[in-house]
Amino acid sequence: MRKMLLTLTAMILATIFAGSVMAKTTYKVAWSHYTGWEPWAQTEQAGTLKKWGDKYGITIELSPPMDYMESINLYTAGNYDACVMTNMDALTVPASGGKDSTVVIVGDYSDGNDAIVSYSGTSVADLRGRDIFGVELSVSHYLVARALAMNGMSEADLGAFVNTSDSEIAGLFVANRTPQTTVVTWNPIVMKIRQERGAKVLFTSAQIPGEILDLLVVRTDAPEELKKALTGAWYETMAVMSGKGAPTKEALTFMAKTAGGTLAEFEAQLKTTYMYYTPKAAVEFTASATLAKTMEFVRTFCFDKGMFGPTAKSKDEVGIELPDGSVMGDKRNVKLRFTTKYMQMAADGKL
Amino acid sequence: MRFFDNKNVNQQMPQKEAQMQMLKWIWSVGVNVLSRIWNTVKTFFSLHYCPSRVAKVLLAIVPFVLLLGTYIHFSNKRHEENPRDKILPTISQMYEQVKIYVVETDKRTDKNLFVDDTLASLKRLLIGVSIASVLSLIWGLSMGIYPWVRSTWMPFVTFVSIIPPLAILPIIFIGLGVEELGKISLIVLGITFLMTRDLKIAVENIPREQIVKALTLGASSWAIVYRIIFPQVMPRFIEMIRVYLSPAWLFLIAAEAIASKNGLAYRIFLSRRYLNMSLIIPIVFWITSIGFLMNFILKKILDWKYRWYVDIKNG
Repeated sequence: MRKMLLTLTAMILATIFAGSVMAKTTYKVAWSHYTGWEPWAQTEQAGTLKKWGDKYGITIELSPPMDYMESINLYTAGNYDACVMTNMDALTVPASGGKDSTVVIVGDYSDGNDAIVSYSGTSVADLRGRDIFGVELSVSHYLVARALAMNGMSEADLGAFVNTSDSEIAGLFVANRTPQTTVVTWNPIVMKIRQERGAKVLFTSAQIPGEILDLLVVRTDAPEELKKALTGAWYETMAVMSGKGAPTKEALTFMAKTAGGTLAEFEAQLKTTYMYYTPKAAVEFTASATLAKTMEFVRTFCFDKGMFGPTAKSKDEVGIELPDGSVMGDKRNVKLRFTTKYMQMAADGKL
Repeated sequence: MRFFDNKNVNQQMPQKEAQMQMLKWIWSVGVNVLSRIWNTVKTFFSLHYCPSRVAKVLLAIVPFVLLLGTYIHFSNKRHEENPRDKILPTISQMYEQVKIYVVETDKRTDKNLFVDDTLASLKRLLIGVSIASVLSLIWGLSMGIYPWVRSTWMPFVTFVSIIPPLAILPIIFIGLGVEELGKISLIVLGITFLMTRDLKIAVENIPREQIVKALTLGASSWAIVYRIIFPQVMPRFIEMIRVYLSPAWLFLIAAEAIASKNGLAYRIFLSRRYLNMSLIIPIVFWITSIGFLMNFILKKILDWKYRWYVDIKNG
């Protein structure tokens, strides 16, 4: 009996000891379903994420697919070290909440994934006086605001913007076959509803290319190892995705399955998603003047809608650092940082 | 020397005695006070303690103070690390946000959002609860009185009342639309069947002898319903409304979360888009206050109109 106890104690001690020696720091990454983010599921499934983690001596844990807003909120609260989100939500949730965040990867932009769909009309001008159903204060709302601005109109020309849960938009559009019914939403919902008889697409994000960006955001004070490992794993998966042959097909099939659709559907969605498959292309875009112009539109929209909170005096409230080091807005409160550093390292093969 | 000593002792004795007496007195007072405190504590935690009015108020405040204190503690802690934290806003942040919401007029709609939201939500809630009340009153009474109605509807109502309305939300919204009709219908569907079932039970609980006696005295069917059953069911019915107001709020919040252009829950879900807890927390507090007030009013109506029922209930 005593011997057994002794062995047991020794075993427990050994386990604890071995565990403490071998333990690598674990970092948590949150993600949600979206065409441009499905590759994260692939990085985990194919073991790419583990491989790059091992290379930098860390463990990277990818969350199960989460609810989009909830994942951003939890990242902002500090439960995750990194999270995928759009440029607009990165500005209004973590950055305006004082969470210093760095955009490590600019993965893609919406090139038609977001759209305004109706049963009648041919152009944005036909929206005059109509109610629009969509998720208010989201990129959908931004799309509407941009569409109206580009046609010399404003939201005052609309009926109302009816805040509608994304899970109900498709059902609502199908059930209300009146010419006036107009919705604004994103993929895969857009794909589904534009197939409805008589559905007309009035405006899509392809008309504002490079404005709705899908990013990987990492907390700025996270160690370099995490940022490098995530970038490395991402571009390895990108290479597989954009290639030809069996591994590419296998990867795409897997992503289509996680996204909850068929391979054909997923490929159709990829057509309206402008993926930066190579780090070089991503660096070129991020360093270009388009980014500053986009962020100016975005922050103006967000401030007008009161999304920087009650104490914000102007759209300069939150500082946005651009890759060239210049700052848009408050220089003492830089909370959102765009950088080409890690994508450049990937392009140079230095990861 | 001896004399001197004696004198010295004699001089000291009364002093020492006084000291001893003082100590004894302190001791006895101390014991007394301690035992009183002990007794008070013992009584306080015993079954027999009847708190005075003041004590009742003080005791009632304790959990609120604890909650507020915990909140402020964690809020301060988060703000020390990050002065712009949005998750647990400080009281002053909430004040700033509430000021804008309550005082200012919205640029786009030209309305006061606070008033507009409150009225929109209250309208939906009250219409929904009223329809549900009338329906369940008629249905429940008939089921309690007429055996054929009971046999026809009871199994159906029991069955349907168990369906969680939130699970079939898409059907409700697609069938009835997401406008006011859909929202009010969700509240009605959510509580009518449960209220009907409870009402039928309330009718059945009326002693059979009363009805027999009334019949013996030559009462008609209508007289029995309106003179015997109805007055006795009414207070239970009011109490039922009190109970079912909580689920009604729940369904209202769900309805406004799905598709809406105004309402208190709409504002909450909109604020969630940018994690604006400094508006969400005050609105939750406001909803709670409205609910509390409704509860209070119904309780007062019971006290005022149906004293006999309250007395029976309180023994």
